[in-house]
Amino acid sequence: MNVPADLKYTKSHEWVKIEGDVATIGITDHAQSELGDVVFVDLPEAGRAVALDETFGTVESVKTVSDLYAPLAGEVMEVNGDLATDSELVNSDPYAGGWMVKIKMSDPGQADALMSADAYSASLDD
Amino acid sequence: MSELKTTPLNDAHIAAGARMVPFAGYSMPVQYTSIIAESEAVRTGAGMFDVSHMARLHLTGDRVEEYLEWVTTNDVSKLTDGKGQYSMLPNANGGVVDDIIVYRVSDKDFHMVVNASNHVKDVAHLDEQNKFGVVMTDNTESTAMIAVQGPKAADIIKSLCDDPAQIDDAGMFGIVNVEVGGVRCFGARSGYTGEDGFELVCAADEAVKLWDALVAAGVVPGGLGSRDVLRVEAGLPLYGHELGDDLSPISAGLGWVISKTKSFLGSEHINEARENGTPQKLQGVQLDSKRRPEPGFPVLVDGLKVGEICSGVYSPMLECGIGFAFLNSDVKIGTECAVEIRGKAEPAKVVSKRFFKRES
Repeated sequence: MNVPADLKYTKSHEWVKIEGDVATIGITDHAQSELGDVVFVDLPEAGRAVALDETFGTVESVKTVSDLYAPLAGEVMEVNGDLATDSELVNSDPYAGGWMVKIKMSDPGQADALMSADAYSASLDD
Repeated sequence: MSELKTTPLNDAHIAAGARMVPFAGYSMPVQYTSIIAESEAVRTGAGMFDVSHMARLHLTGDRVEEYLEWVTTNDVSKLTDGKGQYSMLPNANGGVVDDIIVYRVSDKDFHMVVNASNHVKDVAHLDEQNKFGVVMTDNTESTAMIAVQGPKAADIIKSLCDDPAQIDDAGMFGIVNVEVGGVRCFGARSGYTGEDGFELVCAADEAVKLWDALVAAGVVPGGLGSRDVLRVEAGLPLYGHELGDDLSPISAGLGWVISKTKSFLGSEHINEARENGTPQKLQGVQLDSKRRPEPGFPVLVDGLKVGEICSGVYSPMLECGIGFAFLNSDVKIGTECAVEIRGKAEPAKVVSKRFFKRES
């Protein structure tokens, strides 16, 4: 499984890329593999406030549905509109083209609680 | 939880990287690579499924035909030697114990294939109804069963077969007795995908040899995920979803599998449902979007609930969500509707259940 070293991770298999006070969020390679072919991604509107661990969307695959949990609190700045027509990007390019939301963090300190790539990889081996 | 059973192909599935899930008491592959890719392999080439979990029963005796006329809905008298038919085991109340395939070898020698999920229930029911001195042997453990499906299935089997003429000559549900890849097989031209193909039964200890020969010949292994997609696209029911002990097969649109002339267990109830109609009928539902309808989701017409989804998949062929729903009988094909998916009404249309029709 691909687990890029420069990202942060959650137990619920989201990845987070921190740039300044902006966090870009998607789901990991492991998560997309478990879900199978993704056919629909339900994402929030830009401008919505999300709380830590709040469900902010769902990913529907050919065989299951999975909730997305906010790894950080903040305001949704932008969602990946490409997923509306090309949800398969979540499978083919989970860490780049398959990104889901950008959140302007209200408490950047929350990022310290996220897992490192090593810790996330180790959790997958358990 | 009780220990899951495994099929004779279990090690082969795991070695091929299949994702295994519990299904009807067995550990079964749900997918190898991708449900979409496995579905497409069956629609464009040839795919195969381990269906060894389905129960295989052998029925013999002087009065076996008479017995089968009583315990099944279809006209057994229409079967000739070497032919099979889709049928159902009715219960006494006009519902369905299981949907099955009956094969006639001779007038005293029949086979029956039934659903894994109903194996124990069916055997008890068949025993209870057996006032005809029929001897029933359960061959499920001693054999394996592989369904080879797709437009190239017959050609590939022929290329591995000691008697290709039998494959050519077998009509729909025609029985074949051939060697495939050096493995003795009893099979029939049947399946659960809407495609041409064969379901092959062999000795349990030769299953891996048959599977490997088919893989080497280019047949793509598929799991339960793509099998479900393909059967919904083909308009085929699944017991527990479209059929059940308390559901009329008439409402499921299976009147064509039920004799209008013979008397069978519960036939008075089924005849009544056929004459008077049923409050709901099974219809196809096709969504505008790729979202997958799930069992229990409401189907709405003009904002009012007219029924519920009972099976649903994402169809790679149509590139949208499709499913079956029991809808109030006045809802006609062509009606614009919506499926309520987690609080959002997704636009859809009532359509024929046969989303996929093979060009013959």
